[in-house]
Amino acid sequence: MNKELLRYIGMRFLQFLLVIVIAVSINFLVPRLLPGDPIESLIARLQTSGGSQEMDVQAVTDAFRAKYGLDQPLINQYFNYWRDLFRFDLGVSLSSYPQSVSQMILRALPWSVGLLATATLIAFAVGSVLGAKLAWPRSSHLIRMFVPALMVLASIPFYLLAMILIYLLAVVWRVFPPAGGASPTLIMRFDMASALDILQHAMLPGLAIILGSVGLWALGMRSQTVSVLGEDYITFAQAKGLSPRRIFYRYGMRNALLPQVTALALSLGHVVSGAVLVEVIFNYPGLGALLYNAVRGQDYFLVQGVVLMLIFTLAVLLFIIDLIYPLLDPRIRR
Amino acid sequence: MATANASSRSGAATAVLTVEDLSVHYDTHAGPAKAADRVSFALQPGERLGLIGESGSGKTTVAMALMRLLRPPARIAGGKVTLDGRELLSLNEEDLRQARLRDIALVPQGAMSSLNPVMRVGDQIVDAIRAHSRGDNRNDISGRVAELLRSVGLDPAVAQRYPHELSGGMKQRAVMAISTCLAPKVIIADEPTSALDVVVQRQIMQTLGRLQDGLGAAVVLIGHDMGLIAQFSDTIGVMYAGKIVEIGPVRQIIEAPKHPYTRLLIDSIPGIKKKQKLRGIPGLPPRLVNLPECCSFHPRCPYAFGECKTVTPRQQEVAPDQRVACHLYPEHDRLPERPAATEVPA
Ligand SMILES: Nc1ncnc2c1ncn2[C@@H]1O[C@H](COP(=O)(O)OP(=O)(O)O)[C@@H](O)[C@H]1O
Ligand SMILES: [Mg+2]
Repeated sequence: MNKELLRYIGMRFLQFLLVIVIAVSINFLVPRLLPGDPIESLIARLQTSGGSQEMDVQAVTDAFRAKYGLDQPLINQYFNYWRDLFRFDLGVSLSSYPQSVSQMILRALPWSVGLLATATLIAFAVGSVLGAKLAWPRSSHLIRMFVPALMVLASIPFYLLAMILIYLLAVVWRVFPPAGGASPTLIMRFDMASALDILQHAMLPGLAIILGSVGLWALGMRSQTVSVLGEDYITFAQAKGLSPRRIFYRYGMRNALLPQVTALALSLGHVVSGAVLVEVIFNYPGLGALLYNAVRGQDYFLVQGVVLMLIFTLAVLLFIIDLIYPLLDPRIRR
Repeated sequence: MATANASSRSGAATAVLTVEDLSVHYDTHAGPAKAADRVSFALQPGERLGLIGESGSGKTTVAMALMRLLRPPARIAGGKVTLDGRELLSLNEEDLRQARLRDIALVPQGAMSSLNPVMRVGDQIVDAIRAHSRGDNRNDISGRVAELLRSVGLDPAVAQRYPHELSGGMKQRAVMAISTCLAPKVIIADEPTSALDVVVQRQIMQTLGRLQDGLGAAVVLIGHDMGLIAQFSDTIGVMYAGKIVEIGPVRQIIEAPKHPYTRLLIDSIPGIKKKQKLRGIPGLPPRLVNLPECCSFHPRCPYAFGECKTVTPRQQEVAPDQRVACHLYPEHDRLPERPAATEVPA
């Protein structure tokens, strides 16, 4: 039993490493396989687009050349690439030279994770319970009317939903600030005032994410629950004379949630790339906005850094899910 | 008439379970399918009733109606079920919940899939016990679980296992441990052995018999294998197309079946008469929607005559405690020799 478990964990870890190696290698190879000198063409593009007025082009070019040693054999470059990765050295930003990519990512990361992870988890929890209740026989009228409305909400284009929220809650009623991660005047400290200010700013984007996705979670959970309802163990649980509550949570939801967990892991993974749309609309200082600006400014290394970050986090999350899943579903342990 | 008979006939005063004219309809687009049609029987304490019939004849429907576990499109269209003096069909949700397992327990068809895959077997037993009692202390319960598992012939260590780690026979036993954990007065076992191989079937039936003796519970055993049912039961009820067409003491049913369908079922037991060719029953059971006034067995019946096609036969007592719904009676006093000329082609 324990040996089996170790084997299982070992196998999953190898899979995890394999995914990372392949992803990093592709990330390394693709730009180098393209015809021409990637740095040269980047600089050229920057110059023509005029996006880097104050940048000393020659200095940047030299820095990149020295750093990437593009005259060296490919294999050396490859190992250097890995060495840099282990030092979390993702290169230097082109648009915000001389800031390092890792600095920029680290600065944006907490915003995205804080906002998106919280909102995603809330949407998942609420959506799952509502979806399961909706599928359950004799659910209340409130749920029967309310949840389909949420499902409709999920089909509204996100930017529209965001605009409506901003209009209602920031313009008409002025309950929450319309944009930003914190007040510009705020001096960030570990105190109540800072926390409150950040929370207030997170409300609108958070609400938008939750409203936009809770219906989707409910939808998925409803169909899972419907299929669980047809299972013999539900009937037998009723025959045992268990309370409806116990049957719902311990026999119904518990089983219906299993497939949803994988979906949750995947959407949590995207927390790291930031929800581009949310962060751009609400001018939120997270990774999504960073990625958006990086693409617009053709900040090649920044884009690559964020993408690598995303792949890595997804791989880690899937690995964690693989580890947790046998605890949730004993049948997987074999 | 039929209602009054049902209660007086079997001494309803002492019966632990009385079913009178129980009807269950499945509402379909074409109209209601009468999956159980005026089913009546009474069960004395400790009695073993075998309900037999082809697949689709309504056995599970009756079992689920007695547990009140039917779901739409099924609905109880009429009848009265008295369990230990209480009217089962009018119990409220909470009383019903308490009656389940404590008074009337189900060994479900498909016991293989009746255990929650993500819960340990022991926890599923504890769950059942806890639902019907408050403030049991933990040691008491785990001792009780071990005892229950032993009583169905399982190692108490099985409590720590998950369902997928058990064989089919073990799962069936685990389910039986749950169903008997509160010493119910009535156990309904719906084809408890149909998914198992013959050797395991036998063992399971022995275990069920032993449990039932120990508890003094009455059992309704549902099945389609006449041999198996006859070995186990005191009384046999034969179902066809939602109706009980014959019911009576097992000896009388086997030795002197009155209904042509019962005869065919008995003839289909392999090995009772030597070197007999395995015989099926030709034809198919009828659809249950919009059945016209007739005996629903008449298209397959070798004895069928004019009246069978136009009049639904009522149950009548043809021998002590033996009732049959067939137009051959009361003209005949026993089932005539099989008329060769009218035999239905296979
Ligand atoms: N969900 C349903 N909808 C419509 N008819 C059904 C449904 N379930 C069962 N029936 C009908 O009820 C009849 C009896 O089914 P069932 O009680 O399962 O028979 P048995 O247990 O004897 O095999 C079947 O002939 C079938 O046509
Ligand atoms: Mg059945």
